[in-house]
Amino acid sequence: MSPTPRTDADRTESAPPTPRLALHGITKVFPGTIANQDVSLSLLPGEIHALLGENGAGKSTLVKIVYGLLQADAGEIRWEGAPTVIASPAEARRLGIGMVFQHFSLFDSLTVAENVALGTGDRTPMRQLEERIREVSTRYGLPLDPRRPVHALSVGERQRVEIVRCLLQDPRLLIMDEPTSVLTPQEAEQLFETLRRLREEGRTILYISHKLEEIRVLCDRATILRAGKVVDAVNPREKTARQLAQAMIGSDFATPARAAAAAVEAPRGDGLLEVERLNLASGTPFGTTLVDVSLSLHPGEILGIAGVAGNGQFELLSALSGETLVQDARSVRIAGAPAGHLDPRRRRELGLGFVPEERLGRGAVPDMSLAENALLSRGGGADDMVSRGLISFRKAHGLAERIISAYNVVAGNGARATAKSLSGGNLQKFIIGREIMRKPRILIAAHPTWGVDAGAAAAIHQALLDLRDQGTAVLIVSQDLDELFVLSDRIAVMSHGRLSESRPAHEATVEQIGLLMGGVFETSDAWEADAHAH
Amino acid sequence: MDQFVNFMVIMLGAATPLIFAAVGELVTEKSGVLNLGVEGMMLMGAVAAFATTLTTGSPVLGLIAAMAAGVMMSMIFGLLTLTLLANQVATGLALTIFGIGLSSFVGQDFVGKPVQAVAAVDLGPLTAIPVIGPIVFGQNPLVYLALAVVAGVAWFLYRTRAGLILRAVGESHHAAHAIGYPVIAIRYGAVAFGGAMAGLGGAYLSLAYTPMWVENMTAGRGWIALALVVFATWRPWRVVAGAWLFGGVTILQLHAQGAGIAVPSQLMNMLPYLATIVVLVVISRDATRIRMNAPASIGKVFHPER
Amino acid sequence: MRIKLEARAHTPAAVVYATPVVAALLTAVAGGVLFAALGYPPLQALHAFFIQPLSTLNGLAEVGVKATPLVLIAIGLSIGFRGNVWNIGAEGQLTMGAVTGGAVALAFYDVEGVWLLPLMTLAGALGGMAYGAIPALLKTRFNASEILTSLMLTYVATLFLSYLVHGPLMDPDGFNFPQSRLFHDSAILPVLGFTRLHLGAAVALFVVLAGWFVMARTLIGFQIKVIGLTPAAGGYAGFSQKRVVWLSFLVSGGLAGMAGLFEVAGPIGQLQPSISPGYGFTAIIVAFLGRLHPLGILLAGLLMALSYLGGEVAQIELGLPLAMTGVFQGMLLFFLLGADVFTRYRLRLGSPPAAARVAAAADKPKPAGEAA
Repeated sequence: MSPTPRTDADRTESAPPTPRLALHGITKVFPGTIANQDVSLSLLPGEIHALLGENGAGKSTLVKIVYGLLQADAGEIRWEGAPTVIASPAEARRLGIGMVFQHFSLFDSLTVAENVALGTGDRTPMRQLEERIREVSTRYGLPLDPRRPVHALSVGERQRVEIVRCLLQDPRLLIMDEPTSVLTPQEAEQLFETLRRLREEGRTILYISHKLEEIRVLCDRATILRAGKVVDAVNPREKTARQLAQAMIGSDFATPARAAAAAVEAPRGDGLLEVERLNLASGTPFGTTLVDVSLSLHPGEILGIAGVAGNGQFELLSALSGETLVQDARSVRIAGAPAGHLDPRRRRELGLGFVPEERLGRGAVPDMSLAENALLSRGGGADDMVSRGLISFRKAHGLAERIISAYNVVAGNGARATAKSLSGGNLQKFIIGREIMRKPRILIAAHPTWGVDAGAAAAIHQALLDLRDQGTAVLIVSQDLDELFVLSDRIAVMSHGRLSESRPAHEATVEQIGLLMGGVFETSDAWEADAHAH
Repeated sequence: MDQFVNFMVIMLGAATPLIFAAVGELVTEKSGVLNLGVEGMMLMGAVAAFATTLTTGSPVLGLIAAMAAGVMMSMIFGLLTLTLLANQVATGLALTIFGIGLSSFVGQDFVGKPVQAVAAVDLGPLTAIPVIGPIVFGQNPLVYLALAVVAGVAWFLYRTRAGLILRAVGESHHAAHAIGYPVIAIRYGAVAFGGAMAGLGGAYLSLAYTPMWVENMTAGRGWIALALVVFATWRPWRVVAGAWLFGGVTILQLHAQGAGIAVPSQLMNMLPYLATIVVLVVISRDATRIRMNAPASIGKVFHPER
Repeated sequence: MRIKLEARAHTPAAVVYATPVVAALLTAVAGGVLFAALGYPPLQALHAFFIQPLSTLNGLAEVGVKATPLVLIAIGLSIGFRGNVWNIGAEGQLTMGAVTGGAVALAFYDVEGVWLLPLMTLAGALGGMAYGAIPALLKTRFNASEILTSLMLTYVATLFLSYLVHGPLMDPDGFNFPQSRLFHDSAILPVLGFTRLHLGAAVALFVVLAGWFVMARTLIGFQIKVIGLTPAAGGYAGFSQKRVVWLSFLVSGGLAGMAGLFEVAGPIGQLQPSISPGYGFTAIIVAFLGRLHPLGILLAGLLMALSYLGGEVAQIELGLPLAMTGVFQGMLLFFLLGADVFTRYRLRLGSPPAAARVAAAADKPKPAGEAA
């Protein structure tokens, strides 16, 4: 799409309308990377415009420039035809630009109304503001109680706070950064309704996503970014998801090879990892309590756990890894042994491998070298890197080098590189490699490809499938349904601290899982109830 | 009855420096900054107030000098932690060590000199009312000022927009930054307020409580003030309750000696410190409560780039 | 053009080692300016402070005497600081070590035997450890801030010592002076020649090596570092945070206690109300100045010891107040913390004008009330 030059003809009735926002040749350079290079695009009134690209393509940087959080190194911004400098978010808001962040910019201990007041720069008295919040939120189908503290809200409700906060300022351009990544499919559908209504009112929506299907359903136009540059501008409805994906990734991507459906159909007997009626009060003030969670995981299968973040996944994972100990030792069993009272190290000795969600800061120490990070989850046995309390850095270094070469980890300094100097994808490959190198009998991976580039994601998926085929029991917790369908043999869903029964992946549908994610499980036969509905 | 009046008067007096220092630190902490240099700032405030009052004869100028000294100390802390992103715990400790040294250095010529103490108010008939008069209407003006500051801080934090912004910055500096608030500038303001109040607390010690300058005369009150903020779970009025409690303990120690109870003075003098520990333990054992009330980004370094 | 800080992915070793030196030089310069401002000849004052004490053999020995407790304590503290455990009550643990070790000396008054000094040392270390165990217990069991509890306990310890030398441990033949008997010969540390440099210095050197070995080579040292840098990663690895708290306090308390005993069994020779010019606090500076590294701590300890001696010399020679030492120490730590920023961030010059405007506005202190 070439930027429309603004001529006199624009002002006549028949000519295309003046773009609400036009970017010309925007360039932003960070040390070591060019985040945006000569990016141009224009957004029209009354359209939903997708900004499509994979992680690291430069979407967030571009959006931050539009919202005044970053300044472009070169290029021009025109707002409703006039060249503009957007120096700060306040400036952006004054122009009529609103933004809903991917990682919410909310304050947990404050109320909905206080959060809105902070975000709008609005000086109306709290009473009146509460009234307006009620009114606007009902009008757009986003009901909210302005007096509730934010920490008591679900993730979907928190997003509503963000949206209502924007809407109160009557924005002409609304930026949504990956809004559905935290929603159930049903909640996402509801959000789309709201967005369509906003479009009808003549507002412009810049919709950032890497989810192809929803872009095809929702958006009028799509600008595709790859490695910081605009590679294409299309009407997404005229393209297939595969075509969009190719434009986004650049080459034909390999889908991981799955072994024939030899996968376990209905596993019998005790699993390698058994969780039985696990109840756990959350240790953090804003956490989720686990209620009667049961699961069993068998050798040679991948069990996927779906669910919106913040529904107890964090608590379940830390109860499985041993970072949180549970009251009844028998409610977590590894290879038959009661493990609920064992610390992470003892669980590792029983054959557990664990890939945490937070790779920098939990899975790895940012300021330590890869060799030192290799020590974090060391196993016992003959090739232990520690004997009699003394560390063999030679062995640790060797292990790190082996992981780096086996998993194609790109690290400037090899085993001496600090963890924080690696890209997200490379660090994740290192961590997964480290856990797999230990030859675990059970591997638990949380959000294994979250924020990872497509190449690394494919490699990670392949590694997990290979591991499964070698007979390891694999548990994957993810928010990404596509990923779960690619990998899992069975799928279960987590919601409000409960875990549904699992179901073979090939029998499960997105709709069923969506209902379960929304907490609609009348006991265990929600699968059935929903199956009848279809 | 006289005993009771006496008790109340001394208790309110002993509590006042703690109220000043603690409520200032409370505002600092509410913005997400932990300044452990309260002791050092108080000492600088004490010596500045004393020196100024002695040379100019004006206690008002003394109080202003104390606040200025506290602010200057706090700006060293601000520069290091907010602009140069140094560790807040280490910098706060350094500020205290520096303040102890600098105050004795500056104050060496003033040791042992007398100064006219700030007088208690006298509202005539009101002060003459038995019991209530001397307690409610016969205090040092700084005692009232401390309570007024608490009221002001409570109103500011929970009733004004600026207070809301300050709390938001302490809750999540990244979110506040994303919305567009100047996190660093707001924190500089909160740190400066903490410094000014610590300075006033010190000034009260050297101008009213024991009107003289002695090296290290705060004797750990800055640290007790820090403990009071935790005790108060970051609520302004609870700071007052805590400070009165400590004032009471201090008095107990004086009166026990007066009453001829045969406990060595050194052991009695341990009481305020032991009481601080006990109070901290009692409050802190409920970890959830602390986490619910503590500003979530307290003590964390904020660098806007990431 | 505007100066901007930018996070480093990798810190060159040269920068890490250069910052303490730069900080020390800046302190000397700032000190000189301060002297000049106060009307003292700056070069002469600096000479008195930093050069003169080193010009005699005895002066050198005295540096060693004062560095001994600083290094001993700082090695212990550095272990805790690495693990994010903030023991700032070393002064109290030092006092308690002096009390328990000194009490042993007094209990065996006039009893001869080579076993007595080791026994006193053990008692001193255990006393410091036990006193350090209190904040550790309160932290691990009740979640109480170790910073505040350990500091409060320092005041308590000082009062306790004062009580003892005014009461139970007062010298019966001492004309009611608040001090204990002078320790007898078997309870006094052997010294080098005619100096006051005592056996404790050798112990301190040994502790430096042991500290280095533990932190660099052992699993325990690794655990402490991981927990200190990234507690969540420590939890993931299965390292216990509580264990690190306990370990830090027992080691630093024990070493501080031992340092206290060495003071009373060395240069002082008896119990008296004041046994330390704030070694426990200065050791915090020593630990940071030494980059929490044992060899760095040795050097930093010697420098700080020099600042104590220099303060004394400057007082005698130029009539400068002794408090100048504290000012110097505080400034040194400030400059170090300020310079430290360059180990983690890099300076970058210049950025587009619009960004510069926003950033400049954000850096100007404004009243807290003003929103964007």
